[in-house]
Amino acid sequence: MTTTVSINGVDHAIDAPSDMPLLWVLRDMAGLTGTKYGCGIAQCGACTVHLDGRPVRSCFLALKDVGTRKITTIEGVGSTPSGAAIQRAWLDLEVIQCGYCQSGQIMSASALLARNPAPDNDAIDAAMAGNICRCGTYPRIRAAIKHAAKA
Amino acid sequence: MSAALSRRGALKIAAAATGGLVVAVGLGGGADAAAAPFAPNAFVRIDRDGRVTLVMPNQEMGQGIYTAHSQILAEELDIPMAAITLQAAPADDDLYGGERKRQGTGGSSSIRAGFYPLLRQAGAAARALLVTAAAQGWGVDPATLRTADARVFDDANNRSAAYGMLVDRAARLPAPTQPAPLKSPRDFKIIGKPVHRLDTPAKTNGSAQYGIDVFAGQCKVASVIQAPVVGATLKGIDQSAAMAISGVTQVVVLDDLVAVVGDHSWAAIAGANALKLAWNPGPNAGIGSPQIWRELREASTKKGVNAFSVGQPDQALKTDDRIVGDYEMPFLAHAPMEPLNCTVEVRGGACEIWTGTQVQTRARAEAAKAAGLEPEQVTVNNYMLGGAFGRRLDVDMIANAVRVAKHVDGKVKVMWTREQDMRNDMLRPVYRNVMAATLKDGRLDAWSHKVAAASVGQRMSGKPPKDGLDKGSVDGATELLYAVPHQSVDYVQSEPRAVNVGYWRGVGPNNTIFAIESFIDECAKKAGQDPVAFRLKMLEGSKAVGVDRAARCLRLVADKSGWSGALGNRAGRGVALQNVFGSYLATVAEAEVDDDGFVFVRRFTCALDLGTCINPDGAIAQMEGGLIYGLSAALWGNIEVENGQIVQSNFHDYRVLRIHEAPQIAIHILRSDENPGGVGEPGVTAVAPSVANAVAAATGIRLRRMPIDRDLLAGRKQA
Repeated sequence: MTTTVSINGVDHAIDAPSDMPLLWVLRDMAGLTGTKYGCGIAQCGACTVHLDGRPVRSCFLALKDVGTRKITTIEGVGSTPSGAAIQRAWLDLEVIQCGYCQSGQIMSASALLARNPAPDNDAIDAAMAGNICRCGTYPRIRAAIKHAAKA
Repeated sequence: MSAALSRRGALKIAAAATGGLVVAVGLGGGADAAAAPFAPNAFVRIDRDGRVTLVMPNQEMGQGIYTAHSQILAEELDIPMAAITLQAAPADDDLYGGERKRQGTGGSSSIRAGFYPLLRQAGAAARALLVTAAAQGWGVDPATLRTADARVFDDANNRSAAYGMLVDRAARLPAPTQPAPLKSPRDFKIIGKPVHRLDTPAKTNGSAQYGIDVFAGQCKVASVIQAPVVGATLKGIDQSAAMAISGVTQVVVLDDLVAVVGDHSWAAIAGANALKLAWNPGPNAGIGSPQIWRELREASTKKGVNAFSVGQPDQALKTDDRIVGDYEMPFLAHAPMEPLNCTVEVRGGACEIWTGTQVQTRARAEAAKAAGLEPEQVTVNNYMLGGAFGRRLDVDMIANAVRVAKHVDGKVKVMWTREQDMRNDMLRPVYRNVMAATLKDGRLDAWSHKVAAASVGQRMSGKPPKDGLDKGSVDGATELLYAVPHQSVDYVQSEPRAVNVGYWRGVGPNNTIFAIESFIDECAKKAGQDPVAFRLKMLEGSKAVGVDRAARCLRLVADKSGWSGALGNRAGRGVALQNVFGSYLATVAEAEVDDDGFVFVRRFTCALDLGTCINPDGAIAQMEGGLIYGLSAALWGNIEVENGQIVQSNFHDYRVLRIHEAPQIAIHILRSDENPGGVGEPGVTAVAPSVANAVAAATGIRLRRMPIDRDLLAGRKQA
């Protein structure tokens, strides 16, 4: 069956089972591999995308439940002011090591910055606690969010 | 594109091709050389349009090696970092195996295993040929020319030439007979500087490709289920429900694994979940953690093999006065963020794989074996790794992927779910240390350290350790920094059943340093001395290599951590000192312990002497990462075995640190012109002892086991 979804401002007609998680829709159907598989049970945050600007774990969201809400992925978030600011801060402070978790980190951080232009430590904790990094970039993530907020 | 991304220039990172181009184009004459771009050695290629491609012998897995190796090459070649295109090296031990002639990334060795001089010479040799080419073209003495920013300058005649203009002539020059002169470190503009990383821009916008991403959506996908117990074999399978799922195309059934193949990942994963499988239990089905610990503890009572001895330790320890302590560490999973995967195409007399591996030549050999081919018939395309921590030193996933792919028409992306990744891990071994020491006049007089552990080398090679001594298991123990006149270090091999053991970031020193630096604190306490003062005293007169560097680190960390400052109730500081992986590191952990036994590490302060430092910001990042990786393990890391199976399967039951739990970290780098030391692993090995020592300072309770036992710290049980 075909479902039409909006990804980064473009409509995609997706021919896939309606129970397919959005994560695999993006990676296998829409040619967007920036969103990553890390755990499949919404524990690690590597699959984070935005739905109407709000962060969601795409491994846990079925295609049929997306509806008309606009999906933004890591490939598109740089077109938003908060996304661009976060990406710039991530590079200014060299946050990234292996990078596999960082699409999800950037998506969660961008959503935070879009709704809270001056997040404190508690707000950062709350917004980012769902994103695991095994390389241990947490101190730099925190510093980069604050750096982006000041920019 | 954001300004930041364009400022760095467009970085292209390509997977290695067959490597034929680089190998085939050599120095010297011949028609080929005249037509080909300039490729004077295994690492440098320059095209006529001036594009500089650097071939990376070691694999980027977050540690920053693509940038550090590029810095070394770019410095001597005199090109800007922004001009670099990177290419992952093909499988080739001879060209890319460093001084060991064995290609691989790990052991904190990518700089210190000879690559610093090797890559400097590669860059310098290429530069020298370009200068000679320019000199010939202009008819001047090459000694009058200089280079900068990928150009040769003839200042006397007010002219310059871009490297790209010189490649044809440079490629025809005869091979140099002498090594090229190297820059003086005084003149370094790139080496030793915190230059920005080359790989990170692509990692901010989803364009960086990992093994799991290659050909996504363009080829079949196979989701693997391995036998749940090592040694179990398939007894029965009902694949009807799996085959009924839309998109599932076939089920590959082998005796020790099953894979559901589908048109896309979801079909494969859902299909694998829908399989009904029965397994013959095999010899390990009854094994559980209690039995594994029992066998390890029994083994630790044996004499073992002596790894190091000085003085008369047996005699000196024959006293009721001796201090004793046993230390134990659990199985740990690697759990990198990118789960195992390998994309394979087997076709006729060839096999091609796309994956992220730490060991290119081993991966090629294993794929060849599984495919029934020669290594020359196998191509390895290596991608940046989404974390490894030692897991991708193994090639079991390569073999299994090829075994599956042989049954599939065309290319297939073989994937492991997180559950399959964790349950088929090559675990960090369990360890038991038996420690004993005596004091004389307030100093350590005798010291014995027996390590009971599996031999990862044996599991990987199939060969038992030479003379029964697994050197990796005593790494860190046989070269004590401290001056102790009577010492004995011994090893007892003890192999856990039902479990495959593997190399885990920090390897043997994770255990030896935990035991040594915890036990020395116990000795300091018995001697009534401050832990830092006691260590400084024990360094005096020591003949250990670099003991003055260790002492300097220890003094610096005591100062920077505010070692003697007051702390609140149930808070404490702990120190750990080590010389492993070629670097000297002193670490102070500051922790609080609440009434429920929860340990919150507030801060790590480190003083790291790594000798020659290629990128100080990269070194700090590796230290931060290593400390956090080690802290997850110290707080919660514990893989249990039940009925022969690994119990944990995902991040809900294998807990790892999250951002709100991360401590503050301050790293103080001591740099010198000494040989470069490694930095990927030292942070990890410092955590367990420094935190255990901090907990002891905070509560008076000595932790002899990892992970941290909250019940013990809360007073809900006795030691």
